[in-house]
Amino acid sequence: MANIQLRNVTKTYGAVNVIKGIDLEIRRGEFMVFVGPSGCGKSTLLRLISGLESISTGDLYFDGERVNNVLPSKRGIAMVFQSYALYPHMTVYDNMAFGMKLGGSNKADMDARVRRAAQMLQIDHLLDRLPKQLSGGQRQRVAIGRAIVRDPRVFLFDEPLSNLDAALRVQTRLEIAKLHHDMRDVTMIYVTHDQVEAMTLADRICVLRDGLVEQVGTPTELYDHPNSVFVAGFIGSPKMNFLDGDFARAHGCATLGIRSEHIDLVPQGAGIWQGQVIHAEDLGSDNYLFVEIGSKEPLIVRQPGKVAVPEGATVSLQPRPGMLHRFDETGRPVQAPLAAE
Amino acid sequence: MTTTITAATERAMARETGLQQQRVRAAFWFLAPMLLMLFFVAAWPLFRSIMFSFTDADANNIFSGGAEWVGFENYLTWRVRENGDIRWRGVLADPDWWNAVWNTVRFAIISVGLETVLGLLVALMLNAEFKGRGLVRAAILIPWAIPTIVSARMWGWMLNDQYGIINSMLLSVGLIDSPIAWTARPDTAMIAVLIVDIWKTTPFMALLMLAGLQMIPRDMYESAKIDGIHPVKVFFRVTLPLLKPALMVAVIFRLLDALRIFDLIWVLTPRSEGTVTMSVISFQNIREFGDYAEGSAQSSLLFLIILIFVGLYIWLGRVDLTGERS
Repeated sequence: MANIQLRNVTKTYGAVNVIKGIDLEIRRGEFMVFVGPSGCGKSTLLRLISGLESISTGDLYFDGERVNNVLPSKRGIAMVFQSYALYPHMTVYDNMAFGMKLGGSNKADMDARVRRAAQMLQIDHLLDRLPKQLSGGQRQRVAIGRAIVRDPRVFLFDEPLSNLDAALRVQTRLEIAKLHHDMRDVTMIYVTHDQVEAMTLADRICVLRDGLVEQVGTPTELYDHPNSVFVAGFIGSPKMNFLDGDFARAHGCATLGIRSEHIDLVPQGAGIWQGQVIHAEDLGSDNYLFVEIGSKEPLIVRQPGKVAVPEGATVSLQPRPGMLHRFDETGRPVQAPLAAE
Repeated sequence: MTTTITAATERAMARETGLQQQRVRAAFWFLAPMLLMLFFVAAWPLFRSIMFSFTDADANNIFSGGAEWVGFENYLTWRVRENGDIRWRGVLADPDWWNAVWNTVRFAIISVGLETVLGLLVALMLNAEFKGRGLVRAAILIPWAIPTIVSARMWGWMLNDQYGIINSMLLSVGLIDSPIAWTARPDTAMIAVLIVDIWKTTPFMALLMLAGLQMIPRDMYESAKIDGIHPVKVFFRVTLPLLKPALMVAVIFRLLDALRIFDLIWVLTPRSEGTVTMSVISFQNIREFGDYAEGSAQSSLLFLIILIFVGLYIWLGRVDLTGERS
């Protein structure tokens, strides 16, 4: 329900500059994901928005109102913590009702809200249990339920899936996506280091690096038009192939990037790169071929279906036209068109 | 095919129980020296002392082995006098003993109660982040580190009615008109003992509880902050319940200590009726009057009382644990 604006926000701890000046607008009802490697400041940024940490310089606005000095409880936010932060001595019901109960809310209203949230998340049969009697996934849902009960303007998620196993992570990810659909007007901000979570959940992704915004955009924008080597390498799995030296120079850049699915196997001699298959990974739906073409790291080529290419075979490769990403020495995209293409 | 599998499984199981047995055997040998030690320094003396309490042992016959079995005579016995009156004798009929019991229980409850509250306050303070916290944490342990005899003497001087600094300070601010002989007067002796014990032991309580406080995840508090819950409510609804296990252990440690207090009282307020405790009276009987029988009966009773207190405490504590959801 809130539009959030950050204007030149910084955060310093003593002499350490964690957030180095961030300008960002998060739109009403948007699902924004902060993603980046550990130590990039994404969690700190979330805590600045929540009010758990104070902003060193700069301004933070919720719907045009400056909230730098507004208490967390007055910002209309709810937060889901990485560790869930459930009170171990309270039942699921009490955990979800705790804030409202001690906030002096109407009892019937509180009960209705807790039960509705529990129903939404299918944890209504667990209301009498203690957190220790729940599985990881159930705890996570209780934590989300507790946030829903607060009926917030802004939902904050701090790496909520990182304590779950892989299968549960996918399932809970889906539930969070569903939650976003059900609560269309609630702004959600989600912190993760996992680019798959970012890609699957986000309306827009904000890639952070060393306390600065590297790029903001929809998952497709970031995937198709990364505006730095860093974003190109961070978004997408398997990682984008990077070639430098003569491979890059041939295309008029310092670093040449090409995604694994944009390289085709072509008849011998027809491609611009040749090399030996040193390893193949069969994922069932796809085959990943690792091809040694003389670059620093082997080129990863993604082949849909069951293409039987034996290890040791020599193959010829051709990148798809228009799918090459060219970057200069500073890691920024090269704008000048390439004559050869 | 099936038989070979079963045989293999059986062999594996046999190997497993063999392993388990080996572990148990190893554990026993690791524990054996300590069990032996405990037997000689704890179990045997305790057993001897309980045995003595059923004999007429005294300084004259205890080493010659001439002590005779007298049953419960040291605890309680009665004689009907010629005029028909019944005369009770034994420790349980001795008003001095009951005075000591009352002193001990009073001391234990008041000192442990106040130490818990004060220790918790100190722990909460030390749990907050501020500059020089490490230094304060170390400094606060000093009273605990000073040997009891030394601190008892030190406080004895400070509380002295002639040259003590405390009387001088109280006089100069006009709280009292004439010096008080804190440790000598029966009505203030217990207060003096309590002051010194609380001063000495609060740091220990504080550190035990600080360890408990630091086990509470920070995001519990952050979650409460986002909910906008008043810090006092957070303390009673979140901190205290989560601290309870640590608190229970700290209290039981202190309770055990307080119920058998001896050194502080012996040095600070010797022979004061207002402070004499079960340990002191038992010690006096054995060492000063050579009355091994009565002293042993008293120390056996002390052992029993501590056992009851601790048992009661654990039992009540457990009841509370299951009842906390109501």
